Amino acid sequence: MSTNHSGTHPAHLQHHFSDVEQQRESAKLGMWFFLLTEVLTFGGLFCAYAIYRSWYPEMFSIAHRELNVTMGTINTVVLITSSLTMALAIRSMQLNNKGMTQIMLFLTILLAATFMVIKYFEYTHKIHVGQLPGKYYFFEGIDANNPHIFFSIYFAMTGLHGIHVLIGIGVIAWLMIRTSKNEFSSEYYTPIEMTGLFWHLVDLIWIFLFPLFYLIG
Amino acid sequence: MSSESGKHYPHVLPLSTYFSVAGALLALTAITVWMSNFHFGEWNLIVAMAVAVTKAILVALIFMHLLYDNKMYLTVFLSSLIFLSVFITFTLYDTMRRGDIYDEVSQPIQKRAALYETLKKDSTHTKSSEVHH
Repeated sequence: MSTNHSGTHPAHLQHHFSDVEQQRESAKLGMWFFLLTEVLTFGGLFCAYAIYRSWYPEMFSIAHRELNVTMGTINTVVLITSSLTMALAIRSMQLNNKGMTQIMLFLTILLAATFMVIKYFEYTHKIHVGQLPGKYYFFEGIDANNPHIFFSIYFAMTGLHGIHVLIGIGVIAWLMIRTSKNEFSSEYYTPIEMTGLFWHLVDLIWIFLFPLFYLIG
Repeated sequence: MSSESGKHYPHVLPLSTYFSVAGALLALTAITVWMSNFHFGEWNLIVAMAVAVTKAILVALIFMHLLYDNKMYLTVFLSSLIFLSVFITFTLYDTMRRGDIYDEVSQPIQKRAALYETLKKDSTHTKSSEVHH
């Protein structure tokens, strides 16, 4: 549109973009390409899951009973609610309601932390009884062949997902600092929007992990 | 694409949209947990995945704004899913049908891993349950 570098352009507009809208759409396209690589990263693990579940259908069915469905369900509710609060944080900033954005971002962090605390209790129990990946497995209560494979995949997938939740907590905390410095407005909230996309993807992955691990028939 | 002033006018969804999507997601979670109490064999997985896909579509279209945004983003996202399904489908064509041709190759997979030999109680219950596919 204009190449006018002097004067009226907003402070958040980088000089190599012609206008705010182009800058925003470029950022979003970049973010979606990043999410594409995320889908493929987790995809490798989903593929491993599919291979071993097709090889050991009965072992998966028996081993999954060791997982705590109540904790898994609570974590699903927690993560869905955190997705809602993240979406509402973006909406509040679209309406220039910075106080509400801060509250929603804080609630998102709180829910993410709750998710990790529940995960911590699940993990410590499994580590204690020996339901561990690969050669570290020493649990004897599963009457099926090679249940260590189930727990290898369980720890790999929920572990990588958990790392994403921790990274999300860090990024959302950074958003709260930037919001408190008044760096965002209804004109410019791209970092919040991009973090929202990341956070919803973390939720999306859990939506599949939950039935695949906790709810095998 | 660009407005005259170069300003950004956000596309704001009504609060009710967000709350009804979250409500639907929670209801679908309740349904999928409840359904897991029944045993339909193969159908358990199919129903669980159908519910999960429905939830994923809601999150992607509304929370991630794919329904309202430039369809370029939806294309990028769907292309990742297309590649993922090719990846998984072709891998399973191999791994699920290996035993049909090479009987000796499929054998080691069906044996118990060596690590179980070192478990104390192991000798008392030697298992061979997972021989069938």
